[in-house]
Amino acid sequence: MRLTRDMEAVPGVRRAAAMMGTPANRALLEDAGLLAAEGEAAGPTDLVIAVLADTREAAEVARAAAESAFSARRAAAMPGVAGRPLTLASALKALPGATLALISVPGAYAGAEALKALHAGLHVMLFSDNVPVATELELKTLARQRGLFVMGPDCGTAIVNGVPLGFANAVARGRIGIAAASGTGLQEVACHLAAAGEGISQAIGVGGRDLSDEVGGLMMERALAALAADPETAAVCVIGKPPGAATLAKLEGWIAKLGKPCVTQLMAPTGRERWHAAATLEDAALAAVALARGVKPAPVEFTAPPGAVARLVEDAVLPMRANQRYVRGVYSGGTLAYEALGILKTRLADVAPGVTGGGSGHRVVDLGEDVFTVGRPHPMLDGTVRREWIERESADPETAVLLLDVVLGYGAHPDPAGEILPAIRAATLAAESAGRHLAVVASVTGTEGDPQRRSAQVAALSAGGVIVMPSNAQAARLAALIAEPRA
Amino acid sequence: MTTPAPFLGGETRVVNIGLSLFAETLAALGVSVVSVDWRPPAGGDRRLAELLARAGDEAGAKPVTIADANRECLRRIQAGTATLVGLRPAREVVPGLGERTVLHAGPPVTWERMCGPMRGAIIGACLFEGWAKTPDDAVTLAESGALTFDPCHHHRAVGPMAGIVTPSMAVWVVENDACDTAAYATLNEGVGKVLRFGAYDRPVLDRFAWINRELAPILDGALRRAGGLDAKTLIARALTMGDECHNRTTAATSLLARELAPHVAAARAGDVEKALAFLARTDHFFLNIAMAACKAVLDGAHGIRGATVVTAMARNGVEFGIRASGTGDRWFTAPAPNVTGLYFPGYGPGDASPDLGDSAITEAAGLGGFAMAAAPAVVQFVGGTAELALDTTRRMYEITLGEHETFRIPALDFRGAPLGIDIRRVVETGIAPAIDTGLAHREAGVGQVGAGIAEAPIACFVQALEAFVAGLPA
Repeated sequence: MRLTRDMEAVPGVRRAAAMMGTPANRALLEDAGLLAAEGEAAGPTDLVIAVLADTREAAEVARAAAESAFSARRAAAMPGVAGRPLTLASALKALPGATLALISVPGAYAGAEALKALHAGLHVMLFSDNVPVATELELKTLARQRGLFVMGPDCGTAIVNGVPLGFANAVARGRIGIAAASGTGLQEVACHLAAAGEGISQAIGVGGRDLSDEVGGLMMERALAALAADPETAAVCVIGKPPGAATLAKLEGWIAKLGKPCVTQLMAPTGRERWHAAATLEDAALAAVALARGVKPAPVEFTAPPGAVARLVEDAVLPMRANQRYVRGVYSGGTLAYEALGILKTRLADVAPGVTGGGSGHRVVDLGEDVFTVGRPHPMLDGTVRREWIERESADPETAVLLLDVVLGYGAHPDPAGEILPAIRAATLAAESAGRHLAVVASVTGTEGDPQRRSAQVAALSAGGVIVMPSNAQAARLAALIAEPRA
Repeated sequence: MTTPAPFLGGETRVVNIGLSLFAETLAALGVSVVSVDWRPPAGGDRRLAELLARAGDEAGAKPVTIADANRECLRRIQAGTATLVGLRPAREVVPGLGERTVLHAGPPVTWERMCGPMRGAIIGACLFEGWAKTPDDAVTLAESGALTFDPCHHHRAVGPMAGIVTPSMAVWVVENDACDTAAYATLNEGVGKVLRFGAYDRPVLDRFAWINRELAPILDGALRRAGGLDAKTLIARALTMGDECHNRTTAATSLLARELAPHVAAARAGDVEKALAFLARTDHFFLNIAMAACKAVLDGAHGIRGATVVTAMARNGVEFGIRASGTGDRWFTAPAPNVTGLYFPGYGPGDASPDLGDSAITEAAGLGGFAMAAAPAVVQFVGGTAELALDTTRRMYEITLGEHETFRIPALDFRGAPLGIDIRRVVETGIAPAIDTGLAHREAGVGQVGAGIAEAPIACFVQALEAFVAGLPA
């Protein structure tokens, strides 16, 4: 992925990719228009370097950049020679007493690596996506037999025993436990807990499909049992998309057995929950804080007083043209995109049903979806795709609000705000010169301890004219208010 | 089955497989982490990846776990002893050796398919035994079916190159008291034009007869007078003196000569001067003893159900074959590879026979190519650098289960030699065991034409894995 970044930084290069030549990757490259005859002949252990550029010269410069970066890495680590083990088996010789395998290899291979890890007695965090559900079931069933844990597949983040795994934020250890079937959802909740002065005992990811009836909460059950038994955990927060009906029934039983205060944020509260069901990730975090402190949870609409919010809306709406009607969300975090979409749906009409970026009205796109990451890094690592979408959405004369998330933490880009600000500036300037005014609303998921430092990112965005709200939910609400039809 | 670490509580120690970025973050935070330099297993072959996954259960197989079986296998190899007790005519000690039996190197092979050097050595053996008067008579005899051909390995014996053993040949007797096994090997004749490389002219046969009929009794007497000799310890010392005990046994041979010389002198039997002079100029003299020592130790670790450790690698000049501890006496074979090497003046790659001999037993026991870091002089055969010698050994740690407790390598801070080739790791990494070897001329009667490094064919390990998985309990 770094090779891709290096190559795409070359002027005149439109797209680039550096991927192993597996059949799946070759298909991805072909879809992206990046597969030439040489690449088609590549095998799974070959590295395919593909560049689409305006000129031959630019392509050659990109190729040279990739090759020099690649050979620098090779020189540092000759396979099987200079210290880095080639297999899990030899890694275990190098690290006796290993407890967990963090697996982020391509999905086609991830299941086999996870199986090896379980066979070797390791817990598994499966960051990889594109793992078939049958494999997930096999892994989780075996893990349960062996007293092991499988977080994932498609588990973006976790904090286990204070160790941040995958994309995780720097939060203090504390008394609130999280069990999440969602990556950025877990991050958003953890950051709000940190902001409220609470810490995390454990944050366990179970994988986006765990609460589906196909998987049936195989790991959520274990996660909740582990948090129930964990003496450090005083209150529990359960996060995910709406569970399957049968799994929801089981989940009720598991929560009942917790013996600890519990908050859920499952996107669609039924009102019949016998625990505290929060409507947003922010509310879930605040409710967990309240329950841990023994006070009654109270949901938040806006942190700022009503007058201040009204002024923000007014300032944004006044210079707009009448046909600027729509909210356009351009997201890097999947759960955050869904949360925003849900909030827009409750307040606005003509909202696209999913987060694909389709539809002609209000719409939200999750750029972390596979279709957008063909041969290129995730938008949390690299802002290229986001910049393209910001440009495209803001060029639409009907766009009133550009709604964004900025996710910080270990593993994320060192300066996500700086990555997208040039595109935001260009977009707002282009709108001004066309006689429009574009409102840009964002929230920052992160903490002061994160490598990117939350306050610095907020300050940079604010200086760039972005309205930064304290949470994703508040950002979506404000966007809805700005785009609300007026008489 | 061992109890896994609790998920919550305690220290989380991470193996990172995939994005190195995650491992860098953890390392910066002071978390114990090792990052795998991952690539698709078995070169991306899905079927093999599936087999590996099925043979990957260290903890759950019944009745014993693969991990337990391999541990026992390694334990026996580590504990195995190799005492050189004496020399006997093969017919007296080699089990199952009939009067017209000819043992040969490698997996089974018929006369029709044998390579030139092996045929030449058999012709020489027939002349030596007096079974034939002329080379043509010997060929007629071999073709007639009157001789029984069988691998040395089926008779607790090993032979370098053609590896021919017939009843009148003298063999070293090496005993492994820890596992109650013994192994046998003929005497080394030196390099160049010698019987084991398929040469059988008069000088070759005269020397061969002298070695077996005069030198062997002298050395046997000396060994018995010395009360035997600990070959394992001698090998360990030689590794600290620049040998890897396969292609280079200069130090080991010197140590042997030093140990035996006083007893040879004291016994005053036979031509003492000629005997000691032969030892003094035969750098490879210890090779056959090292092979028998490795065979004695590995036979003690063979036949453990559920073990994936290689217990023999051998070549007959046509095929390369391996055996694994947990797959019984089956050979898994593939065409013998060609050898990358350096040729004696006047010879080139077109002259060499494909890889030949039982001497790869040394690699299976952690010597030879696996201990190349101990013997930088050996890489001269491939025009390599001392760094190549170190890297060759380092790579072998990727395909082995343990490190030798006795055979240690000074240049790697006295790290134990990579020990216990795991068939699964070879298939998974695609790293072939590196084998130091001599080069025989492809025609009978010419002899050695060079030396170099060969790679064991991965296909043998793939077959072994398939058989291993097929034999796993459901």
